[in-house]
Amino acid sequence: MSTQPPPPDPATPTADTSLVSVRGLHFSHGQRVIYDGVDIDIARGKVTAIMGPSGTGKTTLLRLIGGQWRPGRGTVAFDGVNVHALRRKPLYALRRRMGMLFQHGALLTDLNVFENVAFPLREHSDLPEALIRDLVLLKLDAVGLRGAADLMPESLSGGMARRVALARAVVFDPDLVMYDEPFTGQDPISMGVLMRLIRDLNNALGLTSIVVSHDVDEVLSIADYAYIVAGGKVIAAGTPDALAHTEDPLARQFLRGEADGPVRFHYPAPALAESLGGLRTS
Amino acid sequence: MNTLLTTLTAVFAGIGRAQFFLINVLAALPAALTRPRILAQQVHSVGVMSLIIVVLSGSFVGMVLALQGFRTLVRFGAEESLGVFVALVIVRELGPVVTALLVAGRAGSALAAEIGLMKATDQLSAMEMMATDPLKRVIAPRFLAMLISMPLLSAIFSVMAIGIAGGHAVGVSLLGVDDGSYWGQIRASVEVQDIVDSLIKSTLFGFAVAWIAVYQGYHAAPTSEGVSRATTSTVVLSSLAILALDFVLTAFMFR
Repeated sequence: MSTQPPPPDPATPTADTSLVSVRGLHFSHGQRVIYDGVDIDIARGKVTAIMGPSGTGKTTLLRLIGGQWRPGRGTVAFDGVNVHALRRKPLYALRRRMGMLFQHGALLTDLNVFENVAFPLREHSDLPEALIRDLVLLKLDAVGLRGAADLMPESLSGGMARRVALARAVVFDPDLVMYDEPFTGQDPISMGVLMRLIRDLNNALGLTSIVVSHDVDEVLSIADYAYIVAGGKVIAAGTPDALAHTEDPLARQFLRGEADGPVRFHYPAPALAESLGGLRTS
Repeated sequence: MNTLLTTLTAVFAGIGRAQFFLINVLAALPAALTRPRILAQQVHSVGVMSLIIVVLSGSFVGMVLALQGFRTLVRFGAEESLGVFVALVIVRELGPVVTALLVAGRAGSALAAEIGLMKATDQLSAMEMMATDPLKRVIAPRFLAMLISMPLLSAIFSVMAIGIAGGHAVGVSLLGVDDGSYWGQIRASVEVQDIVDSLIKSTLFGFAVAWIAVYQGYHAAPTSEGVSRATTSTVVLSSLAILALDFVLTAFMFR
């Protein structure tokens, strides 16, 4: 009697429904292997979370998707186009369909808030000044910072800087927005604002969003689907509800924030008694 | 032996990277000309902001030269040649060299630190992700601004050192050298070729300082230590490059 494979979870993205499709990704930093054969699909119109312990290469994945870094092996396809097969000009054309929110905003420090948001429009369009002004003020209004248009980046709080960077990331109405650790170091109010903005902008503008974070509760509350990466592999993937029941011990330790588990509390060392004895005899 | 080989390989690889980077920067220069506002801002930052230090230094160098020159020339009864002594030393050597050293210390280090910090705070990466080439938007305008500013600053240094508050002030007003002799000897002895050579020198010094500063900044490790190291390297390497280049150029120009 043959066994039928279980029907796929309708929430699971496939290559057909994906805006970004990563296949067999290998990437190393010097001797250190960051990705060792990873497959990831980012579904269109959804918020996908990429989670994992610090140093597992979550930000690296965004840089690989944006074509800033090249993989050792494997492919990253954006809307069916292999990102790393493109030369500079078509790659830059593709990047106009992407927006990226860097961890600390990465606002241009010699420009004020208005000019930071206007930057992509001035660089890549011939829109009249009046239209640029209206577009920028609308985007700033969407993130609640229309009144801060004349401020310089150094006078913004961390949360405000990220909201300005978010306005800049969506000013060209991209297909994909990538968020690199958007909640790190934020107070509860800023965090709540950013979470709401990510979800609302994704729905209102019909975006596809990738949120890289290790703030488990926050990111899972807004994500439609999530991947947990560790040790160069995807160790768990699924909807937030499905991940709550994952059997993978490392994924469970990460999601529950347990101090001990597959990732040990103690850095490798000789037995304590041996070390203490060594101290007494020395 | 292995360590020596590794070091040599690293040095040559670094030189190769710097040359490759320079080619990319030169290719981006036409784009800098299409952004006149940014270029003007950078000329202001590199050139105008260096003006005070260049004017003051030029004046003091001219004054010292006049004092020292007068003490020597007067022994031979040739104090009327003070003007040509000051003018030739300034135009041929000290003008371009001291200006380049000053600008490398003030503006070159600032360029390296600014670009290094932009890298450390992901501003360059953000530009790349916004489909804007940082070489065209950030590096090329700064490179060109240094190239434009250096000969102009060197000319201002020379004018200050020879006249106004420098050699003329000390030699003529203080030590009593005849005003007509001072300027007359300069007109008779300083040739147009000297001035052209001086401008060529300062332009090449500007090229070297700009290359070193933008390379060090762009390739700085994205940490506070990396930015600090890039800044220091810019000043040290630029100073050495200016002095070495000066020797080579002088050997060719004044044979």
